[in-house]
Amino acid sequence: KENCRPDGRELGEFRATTHCLSSGSITTADGSALVKLGNTTVICGVKAELAAPAADSANKGYIVPNVELPSLCSTKFRSGPPGEEAQAASQFIADVIENSQMIAKEDLCIVSGKLAWVLYCDIICLDYDGNILDASAFALLAALKNVQLPSVTINEETGLSEVNLKQKNPLIIRKHPVATSFAVFDDTLLIVDPTAEEEDLATGTVTIVTDDEGKLCSVHKPGGSPLTGAKLQDCITRAVTRQKEVKKLIDKVTKSIKPK
Amino acid sequence: PSRPPAGATSVLAGLYGPAEVKGSRELPDRAALEVLLRPKVGLPGVMERSREQLLRGTCEAVVLGGLHPRSAITLVLQVLSDGGSLLSCCLNAACLALLDSGVPLSALFCGVTCALGADGTVILDPTTRQEQDARAILTFAIDSAERKVLAASSKGSCSVEEMQQCLAAAQRAADTIFGFYRDCVRRKYSKS
Repeated sequence: KENCRPDGRELGEFRATTHCLSSGSITTADGSALVKLGNTTVICGVKAELAAPAADSANKGYIVPNVELPSLCSTKFRSGPPGEEAQAASQFIADVIENSQMIAKEDLCIVSGKLAWVLYCDIICLDYDGNILDASAFALLAALKNVQLPSVTINEETGLSEVNLKQKNPLIIRKHPVATSFAVFDDTLLIVDPTAEEEDLATGTVTIVTDDEGKLCSVHKPGGSPLTGAKLQDCITRAVTRQKEVKKLIDKVTKSIKPK
Repeated sequence: PSRPPAGATSVLAGLYGPAEVKGSRELPDRAALEVLLRPKVGLPGVMERSREQLLRGTCEAVVLGGLHPRSAITLVLQVLSDGGSLLSCCLNAACLALLDSGVPLSALFCGVTCALGADGTVILDPTTRQEQDARAILTFAIDSAERKVLAASSKGSCSVEEMQQCLAAAQRAADTIFGFYRDCVRRKYSKS
């Protein structure tokens, strides 16, 4: 059959995206989300800790993402130090956070120069079936939306911080960046949301990250077959449509959670 | 090894191969390419890994690996100084090293960095200062055959039109860089 992929999808069709939120999948984390893109399953847990801000940016907190591709998710990965794909994915997520300004680091500051939040975002793949970048970015966004930070005050007399666990506030998410990945085959064919099998056979990949206003947060093409500017434009157009679909999905799930 | 000067940014590239490959990395039908990027100070981190992946992907797209199966081609890049546009300097160094070594290539590539100023002006090959002031920085690897995009990496956010403007500027600038490659090779062979 023409223009049809092994799993029956069309070239521009995404796999079924599900996002399980309930009250957050990880109860010990300050925010978490489990995202499935077809078979690719990624879970993100956000832990918030307190730290002193850096000397040169006294009014900024920190966001530290880490992507792990453990050996359990695929036979491709061995246990041990993170491989190149995991490290490149971590760098990609860090870039998405930085480029899109989805969270203003100033919002994470509690007392300028003394106390700020550090958000450790751990993204772990549980089942690897291709398109890890899209799933990780989505899981991160969903988890951050789920985060509830306790309010913190500094006791004037002792100078120590006091955390009030009963009074929690959600994070202010300014932008909703969404990643869309394509597999390239020999300069001509572009398919969206590749599975692991399609990725192995592809001659290149492109990932486009767009935000709410249709602006480009990231064009990530780590080598591979060359593409014309026009093909790149097609990818971007598809990515903009995808961003709207994902945003609707996140909004729907967020609304369906009963407030705590 | 070849070293292109690009203002105050310089990268030393060394290419080894096609050579013997260790058991697990051996590919039966083509050469196994490896890129190692060493920063000027400190140990290589996650950023270097990400750049190595980009450089490797770009080189793999042009190297005719099928002519050297079961062998390894190793590219080592050492950052000597960073005055801005580091990634495109690495790309240019990598291509010149490939040219210098005589590894069979289907095309050449060059790296161009564009910085988008706050008012929308495009600056090519920005210095560190210009990069810091820019709203967005886009780096493209352009191939010599049809000026298509081999690799792309961006920092900061910009509109789609701005990205296309930068890409067009990069494609025009690629002509100058390929002219420079031609001169390098001409000089190398005219001496002997």
